[in-house]
Amino acid sequence: MTPEFGHYALVLALALALVQATVPLWGARTNDATLMGVAGSTALAQFVFVAASFAALTACYVGSDFSVLNVFQNSHSAMPLIYKFTSVWGNHEGSMLLWVLILALFGALVALFGNNLPATLKANALAVQAWIACAFYLFILLTSNPFARIAHAPAEGRDLNPILQDPGLAIHPPLLYLGYVGFSISFSFAIAALIDGKIDAAWARWVRPWTLTAWMFLTLGIAMGSYWAYYELGWGGWWFWDPVENASLMPWIAGTALLHSAVVMEKRNALKVWTILLAILTFSLSLLGTFLVRSGVLTSVHTFANDPARGVFILGILVLFIGGGFTLYAWRAPMLKQGGIFAPISREGALVFNNMFLTAACATVFVGTLYPLALEALTGDKISVGAPFFNLTFGPLFVPLLIAIPFGPLLAWKRGDLTGAAQRLIAAAALGIVALAVTFAIQRGGPVLAPFGIGLAFYVMIGALIDPVERTGLFRVPFATAMARARGLPRSAWGTAVAHFAAGMLLFGVIAESQWNAERIASMKPGDTTSVRGYELTLDGLLPRPGPNYRELVARFTVRRDGEIVNVLEPSKRTFPQRQMSTTEAAIMTRGASQLYLSLGDVGQDGSIAVRLYHKPFVLLIWFGAVVMVFGGALSLSDRRLRVGAPKPARKAALQPAE
Amino acid sequence: MTRKQRRLTLIGAGLGVLALAAALVLYALNDAIVFFNSPTDVLEKHVAPGARIRLGGLVKPGTLTRGDNLAVRFEVTDGNKSVPVTYVGVLPDLFREGQGVVTEGALDPGGTFKADSVLAKHDETYMPKEVADALKKQGHWKTEGGYGLAGSSKGAPK
Repeated sequence: MTPEFGHYALVLALALALVQATVPLWGARTNDATLMGVAGSTALAQFVFVAASFAALTACYVGSDFSVLNVFQNSHSAMPLIYKFTSVWGNHEGSMLLWVLILALFGALVALFGNNLPATLKANALAVQAWIACAFYLFILLTSNPFARIAHAPAEGRDLNPILQDPGLAIHPPLLYLGYVGFSISFSFAIAALIDGKIDAAWARWVRPWTLTAWMFLTLGIAMGSYWAYYELGWGGWWFWDPVENASLMPWIAGTALLHSAVVMEKRNALKVWTILLAILTFSLSLLGTFLVRSGVLTSVHTFANDPARGVFILGILVLFIGGGFTLYAWRAPMLKQGGIFAPISREGALVFNNMFLTAACATVFVGTLYPLALEALTGDKISVGAPFFNLTFGPLFVPLLIAIPFGPLLAWKRGDLTGAAQRLIAAAALGIVALAVTFAIQRGGPVLAPFGIGLAFYVMIGALIDPVERTGLFRVPFATAMARARGLPRSAWGTAVAHFAAGMLLFGVIAESQWNAERIASMKPGDTTSVRGYELTLDGLLPRPGPNYRELVARFTVRRDGEIVNVLEPSKRTFPQRQMSTTEAAIMTRGASQLYLSLGDVGQDGSIAVRLYHKPFVLLIWFGAVVMVFGGALSLSDRRLRVGAPKPARKAALQPAE
Repeated sequence: MTRKQRRLTLIGAGLGVLALAAALVLYALNDAIVFFNSPTDVLEKHVAPGARIRLGGLVKPGTLTRGDNLAVRFEVTDGNKSVPVTYVGVLPDLFREGQGVVTEGALDPGGTFKADSVLAKHDETYMPKEVADALKKQGHWKTEGGYGLAGSSKGAPK
């Protein structure tokens, strides 16, 4: 019964979405408050039904109901309980259900917390949200039904892909989807504004918190995915410029640009047309990401099944929404009123600079990701575009952006003083140069790129702190006064400083890991010792160990430094009999922000085992950087002006009926 | 500056950045991309030694030999031709004889492919798409296990 209940709930959610997609729109046209009010209740009800559907699928997984095809293909009764939960979205059908669940969640949140929105904007935005929902409900129901049954239920399931049997699966996809799908709100608001034909600073003030929330989740989702790949795949890489990674990076870059241009719109009522375009673009890239990952045009661990019908269907959704969005934009955007003007050297100018470079960087990732697909379709040549391409394109475009980061907050709105800002950044630049020189001296003949990268990272970090330091008067006024001023500083100013500081941290981690990574590959027998950067590792022995649904071969290593035992590491290789697959479980030792990374290869005929050993200096800063960046976002989100909400025009408000 | 001039400045700057991005992309596309080849492609197109390429196909059963210090040698075949490959390092978890593999590296003058990275598939039902296509082209695309290799090593360079 449970699967049928879930299926039925999903059909009802589609019916509700159809109502939500049409009635409020009509209400907004005729200015009928009752019809517009339908949007809120249907959005909430939709969420309830999708959640029920999702709960039903979860119940099938937890109860190991192998009469459901999806459960049979992706679960096993001996799997630990947490993986029974997470395997709900560890497959194509279930992950699409999670996608619509989060879409419905955001719709419900707008319905709940959007009470201070103008009624027509809210109605239109929720209607657009429902169009997206309809498309994806139809996609699930017609091509990817997670509740399909098998006539004769098998006794045992086929198990989840062992690579996915990891706590990472519990965190990475939901976070990533909260980000991807969260951008649908900016999209819906942009389309609603175009339908309405009017847009103002208040619009940006409503949209910015949603964009910021989605961006924060996407940042965490990408960082989590990167760390997962790092420890699970066993070769210590944290970013491969794989198309599926790029698929999530593109909306992230566009979203970052959107966050910054929305600031200009909110504060100065300028860049309206551009901000709307970015909002449409960001969600379009999210949809493109969904298409790339879910349609089967790319093969990766993220691609669960290759059914051409699905690819065509998602492509249809993609064309409909992106094409429709841009057509509406081309038609309506010229009618939007122009906003405030500003000199090229100003805070606005700096944010435009940011947007130009971010968009260009995003475009290079786009080309690098789609060019191979296009070339193969046109000429049949198969190419791979990897790290060298992106290092040559994405890298150089990010350098001016990073140099410009500290300038932005120091320039005044409307008309800024570039020389003045540069003078205030002298301390940061000087420290950057010192860091460069010190790095150069320490590494003596190491990679040339490293000192410049580290210098730039220090400049960005210190530069980010200049603004709050100056505004609180730290080092100039008594400490207590500075602290009092620090409390009085808007949270968004702190958020900016923290997030920009984090960009420097991330850069530091990336440069240090990529330039100073040390690697040893060895074939070892028990008793053998190998070493990297002063750490000596002795293989004590190999021992088999049983697991719940796998067998594992554990290698025990003693780690010594200067003769003293510092740790015992136990990397292993797991074999999953159900799928005849094996995975490598790396052992990682953290020292400060650096890590020693140890993973196993094959066992040879003579009893020796292949071992990969890496020393990765400051590698943790990559993910810490992302987390701190999100913390900056959270600070900004808690700013008073966003909590209090945008003021609404008094006269209009009086005309609205009580809700 | 008038509003129009300001807007032209912005548009000009935007186009400048885009032109820079386009120049970088064109340069990188000439320089930093790697073509995928099947063993038949390698032998028929006379890929120049030293040129960086990807070579993909199936690991020919019975050809995998392990040397000292993690050196391995195997042949990659598409059922029609095969190319010997050498590699030093740890092979991926799912590297097996008779299974799909993609290697990246360059040919040496003797016709042996020196790989510096070896990619295998992610799970047991997954076949690298390029490999699947290359096998289909050679008419050797069959379901798992039904793959015949008789006579396929003919013409393989030594």
